[in-house]
Parts: sequence; structure tokens; C-alpha cells
Amino acid sequence: MAPVATTFFFYLLSALALMGGVLVITRRNAVHSALALILTLLALAGIYLMLYAPFVAGVQIILYAGGIMVLFLFVIMLVNLERAEKEKQFNKQWVIAVLASFALGILFVEILNRSRILHELMQKPSAQLAETSNTQQIGIVLYGNYMFAFEIASLLLLVAIVGAVVMAKKRI
Amino acid sequence: MTPITPIHYLILAAALFALGTIGVLTRRNVVIVLMSIELILNAVNLNLVAFSRMWGLEGQVFSIFVITDAAAEAAVGLGILIAFFRNKETVNVDEVDLLKW
Repeated sequence: MAPVATTFFFYLLSALALMGGVLVITRRNAVHSALALILTLLALAGIYLMLYAPFVAGVQIILYAGGIMVLFLFVIMLVNLERAEKEKQFNKQWVIAVLASFALGILFVEILNRSRILHELMQKPSAQLAETSNTQQIGIVLYGNYMFAFEIASLLLLVAIVGAVVMAKKRI
Repeated sequence: MTPITPIHYLILAAALFALGTIGVLTRRNVVIVLMSIELILNAVNLNLVAFSRMWGLEGQVFSIFVITDAAAEAAVGLGILIAFFRNKETVNVDEVDLLKW
């Protein structure tokens, strides 16, 4: 199916994502930041759909917006943030930090504009990604070429579970 | 209007990455610093998926690995935060100085 109104949806979703990002780093209340981050994550899921990646979009919504953000909200409820809300929100080096981040962003954009290999890549027709069997194709690649990395990732998750329990437990 | 090319997506990812670094470097609240790290990881994911549009399916597989890493990082980071809050009753990064002497 040919994409419909790509330009409009791209600018809409990227505006939503950037607005959410700005809200995340400026809000005083951590719950508001978490909700803004959910907005960003959902907008990015929409952008993944536009890039013919429905499986990644689904994982993004289920795992990020559904799992990780619930974890964040749990911790915000567990930790008493009322005192932190009344304090200063930005540290002393914020001017330098903002300037450095802007420089980093400009560097990225310059690299993208000048990179020869990227422009060569753009000349080629874009990769033919199957629309209907995306999940199946990802499964084949994931359990074929990247089997070992997949197993390592499961080990990493096990370590993270044990680590989180050890950290958060009162007495081991 | 110009058609949307992968460069557009990459520039959006660069902007999100810069926003995330601003959050990590300027905020004092640890919870929001961790959320900014999630922003950075999402920018990387967007890069990977945009490249997979040009190159092939590998970018999407890598972005799934990045999401796995993000989940592990959030779990451990928030565990450390809870342990730290239990000890010092604060969530400000610049008061985390137990290892300083």
C-alpha cells in the first residue's frame, strides 16, 4: 500500500516527539516528565510505522510505553519527590551543558549533510522491506544470524533482574 | 513540499539526542536524568530504523537489542536510585558523593 500524506504525518509526529522531549527535560514534577516521555515514545512508534517497521513499533509501545514507563512511575511513587520539587532543578553548569549539547547537535547535522556514503546510499532505491511479513523476517534474522547476540541479551536481562533485586532489597 | 527522505529522520534523531544530552547534563533529579537517557536511546533507535529503511532488516533487529538494553538499564538504575534514596533521603545527582573523598 502506498503511504498517504507522509510529509504531513512526519512533521506532525516529529513535532509531537520534540515537544515531548522538551517537556521531559523542563518539567519540575517527575510525573509530568514521565507522561511527556510517553508522548515522545508513542510519536516515535508512529514514525517507526512510517518507516515500515511495524514490529519495532509494537515493541516500542508494549515494552517502552507499557513496561519501562510503568517502572518509572512506580519508582516515582515509591520515592518521595516532594522535597526535590521545591529545590533548584538545574545544576550550576547548565549554560555550558546546553551550549555543548547544541554544538553536538550541529556536529551531527553537519556530519549527516556531508557524509558521502549516506548520499550514495540515498541514490540507491530503498531496501525492499516486506510489509506483511515484517515480524516473520525479523524473527528469521534474529534467530539466524544474531542467535548468539540474542542469547547474550537474555543473559544481560537475567543479570539486570538479579542486580535490581539486590539493589532495591533492604537486607539481602 | 519536499518529500521525506531518510535524512529527515536522521536529523530528527539528532535533535532528540541533543535534547537528551541537555537533560542528562543539566537536571539534578535522578529520575529525570534516567528519562533523558531513555530519550537518547530512542534517538539511537530512530537512527537504526531509518537506516534499516535504506539498508535492510538488520537495523530493526539492532533496535530491538537496544530496547532490551534500555529495559535492563532502567531496572538497575532505578534499583540504585531506591537504595540511594533509602540511605540519604535525596534524589539529587550532585548530592551523590559517597565515593568522593
